[in-house]
Amino acid sequence: MTRYLLSRFAQLAVVVFLVTSIAFFLIHVAPGDPFADAVANPNVSEAVRARWREAYGLDKPLPEQFVRYVTSVARGDLGWSFSKQRPVKAVLSDALPNTLLLMSIALFASFAVGIGLAVAQALKPGSLTDRVIGGISLFLFSVPEFLLALVLLVLFTYKFQRFPIGGMTDLDYPSFTPIRRLADIARHTVLPAITLTLLFSAVVARYQRAALQDVLPLDFVKTARAKGLPERVIVRHHALRNALLPTISLFGLAFPMLLTGAVFVEKVFSWPGMGSIIVGSIDSRDYPLLMSAIIIGSVLVAVGSLLADLLYLAADPRLRDAR
Amino acid sequence: MLPTRRTVARRLIANRSAIAAMALLLAIIIPCAGAPLFVSHDPLSQPDPVKLKYQPPSRISPFGTDELSRDVFSRVLYGGRTSLSIALVATLLSITLGTAYGAVAGFAGGVVESVMMRILDALMSIPRLLLLIAVFATWDELQVKWFILIIGFTGWYGLSRIVRGQVLAMKGEEFVMSARALGAGPARILLRHVLPNVLTPVIVAAALGVGRVILLEAGLSYLGVGLHPPDPSWGNIIQDGTDKIYAIASIWWISFFPGMALVLTVMAFNSLGDALREALEPRGIRS
Repeated sequence: MTRYLLSRFAQLAVVVFLVTSIAFFLIHVAPGDPFADAVANPNVSEAVRARWREAYGLDKPLPEQFVRYVTSVARGDLGWSFSKQRPVKAVLSDALPNTLLLMSIALFASFAVGIGLAVAQALKPGSLTDRVIGGISLFLFSVPEFLLALVLLVLFTYKFQRFPIGGMTDLDYPSFTPIRRLADIARHTVLPAITLTLLFSAVVARYQRAALQDVLPLDFVKTARAKGLPERVIVRHHALRNALLPTISLFGLAFPMLLTGAVFVEKVFSWPGMGSIIVGSIDSRDYPLLMSAIIIGSVLVAVGSLLADLLYLAADPRLRDAR
Repeated sequence: MLPTRRTVARRLIANRSAIAAMALLLAIIIPCAGAPLFVSHDPLSQPDPVKLKYQPPSRISPFGTDELSRDVFSRVLYGGRTSLSIALVATLLSITLGTAYGAVAGFAGGVVESVMMRILDALMSIPRLLLLIAVFATWDELQVKWFILIIGFTGWYGLSRIVRGQVLAMKGEEFVMSARALGAGPARILLRHVLPNVLTPVIVAAALGVGRVILLEAGLSYLGVGLHPPDPSWGNIIQDGTDKIYAIASIWWISFFPGMALVLTVMAFNSLGDALREALEPRGIRS
């Protein structure tokens, strides 16, 4: 068990190192350097440019820059954001909680909705309910994240004007009382959270239905049927418990999927999180910020899959003994 | 016992959603593949960017025109060519890589296998979209071939895990042992005896993979790191119509039609994948 945990943590470290190396490599093959604008400016002399490069360590040989980059990332120093004129760490620590808020709401809501839908489908395979839910989840599984977000945005903010068009707070937010502030954030959260939930609950529902389909023909289900238990009880109590195990492993996939979804949802709803940071730094070519956001995103995903593995161990005693 | 080819075909034909999916795919792929035969406007020509821009759908241009007076219908067909061929080639690349990697790892066993699987674990933990954003955002002149290569090279991890599992299970089977007893070398056993029996997950992964790449292409375009205009792709055209968020509702046709084409295509590929999975099930159709 301890050995297993240690190897999982080692793996986490490897992933972070790998992503950091990729980020460093990409920054350095990217065309131009941060002083490209200055290079184009004839008023900036070569001496000034050289001094800038020296100040940022860009005149050192690449291997040395690489070692410095990796060690500083390991120490938690992510560099300086050119576009925000703030330390990258400060920019990201403002954004990360907002993304986590969105992701965690969607995570719990999607598992609840998805499992519920799959149970409803499995009660009567081939029925109208089964096919309608299956069709809807196929649609949600096949629609680009940003397109769904845009449709909801146009419908509920322009057409029906029920929700604010974006952001996380109103402009007058600082003058609000604490309770009104909370309500304000909640109002802004509704649409992005619903979008992300719709997208991911389709994945959960498809997965859970397949898992239930695998369990339902098994002998213990037949026994339960032979005892004369109602189908509702069989599906909910006998089949679902055993079919939940594969769904727990879906937990590990949830993090990359939700993060991917969040990138699009945040852009559409101008939600001030990691996704908006990533998109904004593409536009402003702020590579240090972009790469750090991607490193942090990957760490988030790796930690998520570690958590999922631990959960799986906790849920399935057979595995615990085997380790 | 694996179902014979005939059983698979019979099961597919009996599956109504599979038939519908295939019909839908043909209805979309044929006009896209033969785009020049179906359109009267050039997808890049701008007849009159002042007077003919943002024309709603009409008899002359059934899907309307865009900001530069280009005909959206011909753009959707030509864009479909791009999007579909990118998706097909990238997926072909992914499933080849995934099958080869998984088969080698599963067949080699021992240290080779565990090293290969650890590498795979590390690769799998890097979110694909973030990696693609990082690569494409720093890439100035992104050519289609590089776009395809990189998408293909980031899409095989899941499949190779499944293939490895299948190969492991297959290694102990009697027909493999008897082949070995007859003196067949490892390469022959792998290619002639093991691989044909792991085709099921590969075919299913191919169908689902195509849909995923189409979605990725559109998503990357929306984020501004996709293929460069003016050459149309479904993602690019959708992006043309959603650029100005306040105007989406009044110029809906620019994104609606490519969006519909894209969603229907992806739905068709996904349900085809589902149907194939069911048809290729070893023990008959699940109740």
